[in-house]
Amino acid sequence: MKRLAAALAPLLGLAFVVILFAVLTGAPERYLSATNLRVVFAQTVIVAIGALGMTMIIISGGIDLSVGSVIALTSVIAAVALRAGWTPLAAIVAAVVAGGIVGTINGVAITALRVVPFIATLGMLGIARGAAKWVADQQTVNAPATWINELAVTFPSRQWMLFAPGVWLTVILAAAMTLVLRNTIFGRRVFALGSNEAAARAVGIRTDRLKIWIYGIAGLFFGLAGVAQMSRLRQGDPTVAVGVELDVIAAVVIGGGSLSGGEGSVAGAMIGALVMAFLRNGCQQMGWPNYVQEIIIGAVIVVAVAADRYQAARHER
Amino acid sequence: MILELRGVAKRFGATVALDGVDLALDAGEVHALIGENGAGKSTLLNILSGLLAPDSGTIAWHDDAARIAYIHQELALCPHLSVAENIVLGAEGSRFLLRRDALEARAAHLLADFGRGEIDPRTRAGALSLADQQVVEICRALAADARVILMDEPTSSLQRANVERLFRLIRQLRERGIAIVYVSHFLEEVREIADRYTVLRDGRSVRSGDLNDVRDDELIAAMIGRAVDNAFPQRAAVAGGDVVLRVDHLASPPRLHDATFELKRGEILGIAGLIGSGRTDLVRALFGLQRVTAGTIACHPERSEGSLARTGFLAAYPARNDTRATFGYLSEDRKGEGLALPMSIADNVTLSRLGAVAHRGWIDRRRQDDAAMNIMQRLRIKAPHPRTRVAKLSGGNQQKVAVGRLLHHDPDVLLLDEPARGVDVGAKRDIYEEIVRLACAGKAILMVSSYLPELLGVCDRIAVMTRGRLSPARPAGEWTPDSIMETAIGAA
Repeated sequence: MKRLAAALAPLLGLAFVVILFAVLTGAPERYLSATNLRVVFAQTVIVAIGALGMTMIIISGGIDLSVGSVIALTSVIAAVALRAGWTPLAAIVAAVVAGGIVGTINGVAITALRVVPFIATLGMLGIARGAAKWVADQQTVNAPATWINELAVTFPSRQWMLFAPGVWLTVILAAAMTLVLRNTIFGRRVFALGSNEAAARAVGIRTDRLKIWIYGIAGLFFGLAGVAQMSRLRQGDPTVAVGVELDVIAAVVIGGGSLSGGEGSVAGAMIGALVMAFLRNGCQQMGWPNYVQEIIIGAVIVVAVAADRYQAARHER
Repeated sequence: MILELRGVAKRFGATVALDGVDLALDAGEVHALIGENGAGKSTLLNILSGLLAPDSGTIAWHDDAARIAYIHQELALCPHLSVAENIVLGAEGSRFLLRRDALEARAAHLLADFGRGEIDPRTRAGALSLADQQVVEICRALAADARVILMDEPTSSLQRANVERLFRLIRQLRERGIAIVYVSHFLEEVREIADRYTVLRDGRSVRSGDLNDVRDDELIAAMIGRAVDNAFPQRAAVAGGDVVLRVDHLASPPRLHDATFELKRGEILGIAGLIGSGRTDLVRALFGLQRVTAGTIACHPERSEGSLARTGFLAAYPARNDTRATFGYLSEDRKGEGLALPMSIADNVTLSRLGAVAHRGWIDRRRQDDAAMNIMQRLRIKAPHPRTRVAKLSGGNQQKVAVGRLLHHDPDVLLLDEPARGVDVGAKRDIYEEIVRLACAGKAILMVSSYLPELLGVCDRIAVMTRGRLSPARPAGEWTPDSIMETAIGAA
């Protein structure tokens, strides 16, 4: 019952945002039209895929600040691969694997070099951004048009799909991650690690290896987010996605993730990503300037977490 | 024999932690490991459990399949996971998918084996009481099929009734042929549960044998290397000083309902009672850490200006030149609240009154070191330097640092919550001596304790907390351990 209430809270927040803007815009039928929903969902894809990896990291008690840079790097890698004549699938694999490698490096830095995740990934934020510019030769990389561009489009060319293929991909991956975190030994060990690292080590879990896996797998998701980014821009841009890691972290946290570890859910993070996307979209529809959006989203993050803490405190009594 | 250690040694930098330990462990025995804090018990347990590798010496297993489980002093469960998940953690029994039904059944089976079938395997571990969490830890050791279980002061967080339950569990384990290494400071407890013993002193195993063949004073002499006459310091009875603190019908829900008492200069008032009866709530409310909903607290009631009579959080830490009494609080939670573990002894000791070692806001590190050295001598804190990090000290020395902070702060009223818990005989004696010295110097002391000999040995008067209500305080001589327990459980 308690868990149900905790899971419902982000959903209620989402409903509140949607209804609020539906009323504020004065044209609910337009705000909730299929067209606008397609816009919002397509805009959410990059943050949502990133949040899949970040949820796992945050549950384990870690953090990754390099997401934005990794997205830029992998989007460039995908574009360069396409330009070099690779098949679209090979280009996607290259980008995803590159993300996995970067994540693995983060994991190794955290475990073997004993650098706390905040610092290790802060370093990677600079390194990956620099590498992106290097690979791209400091300019945007134009890639030939392929079906990858269809991934994150607002309006899919095949009408029956309703939403962009990237949206469906995200939904499938989210379902898979939910199962992994809930029903696999790996998933429960991720929770155990974040809940009480000393205990996890004391029962014989190789926590260092587990961390490298976590950051590595999360890196695969960030690589995929890079592919989605490339698909959206139709080119690789090494200066793109600055600060996206903060949106990704915010999505996880709005969805009930705790930065001290042990708590968080994929469904919550997806809702968190949608809350921010609906807020942005609503503000745009209202014609509010960009700074208003930024202030509102900032406040929402704080309020969401405060509400979560309040609820947790009430349950403890 | 299941396990044999010969000449095991371990050093950390310049510190010699272990310097030749021999230990032989048989299947189905409870082996007590006794020694002062800092004698090397924790290091030895870490080596036994494989967390540390010894520098020299041999560890011979006479059972190749033997597994070892370590039950830490601070319980180590993952609070966000369910009971069942905690029990099988690290030994899930399959490779990839978690078979939730199977492992819940397995957990329920293990719990039922111990007569604790009422614990639902699906509850979150964080929601359980400490005693139940310990049951879960023991079940985890069994789920991992441990043949040797290391228990580091397993009773330190338990009430007496739960201690008895734990002892029943240990006896069951012994019957299954499991060897248990049992670390404790309480000789009574060791005698109750253990078969054989090994005494560690300064990293060496100095004495071992059958517990039936050794007297308490011999054990204590082996532990501290000298004979002790009396565990408690003697002192003359106090004359009635001024009343420093008068508390009337104080309430701080949900646990504290009604406490009335007076505390005089030079007096040690003991608060007995079960864990959770509201003792800690009383001292926390007095110190302003918990909301007071009814009652009054008056400092120096004969001087009208010092009276406090309001509800809400009481600011009990007024400026030093305030006419009201100053309070000092020693938390029962040493690691959580009592100390800043990553900081040095000098920083910890002076933290609550840095002004005394500072000049215009700049800390004079020499004066800070001098102040710390002074405290270290007074309490016999064993550490190489005042700049030693507290995290590196043994439990007993850490507790002394926490007490030392109050000495440096020099308050009029000391609120001590379990001042000597989890420390060895020698450190206990040092802390008691200091408490008595403070009382002789005119401090008023409120001391919460679960350890009855300590209350009866140190306090002038004792009051007993029963479900949030404090009994009238009576002179310690009028109480017996039995009468205190009867009052505490509400039988009297």
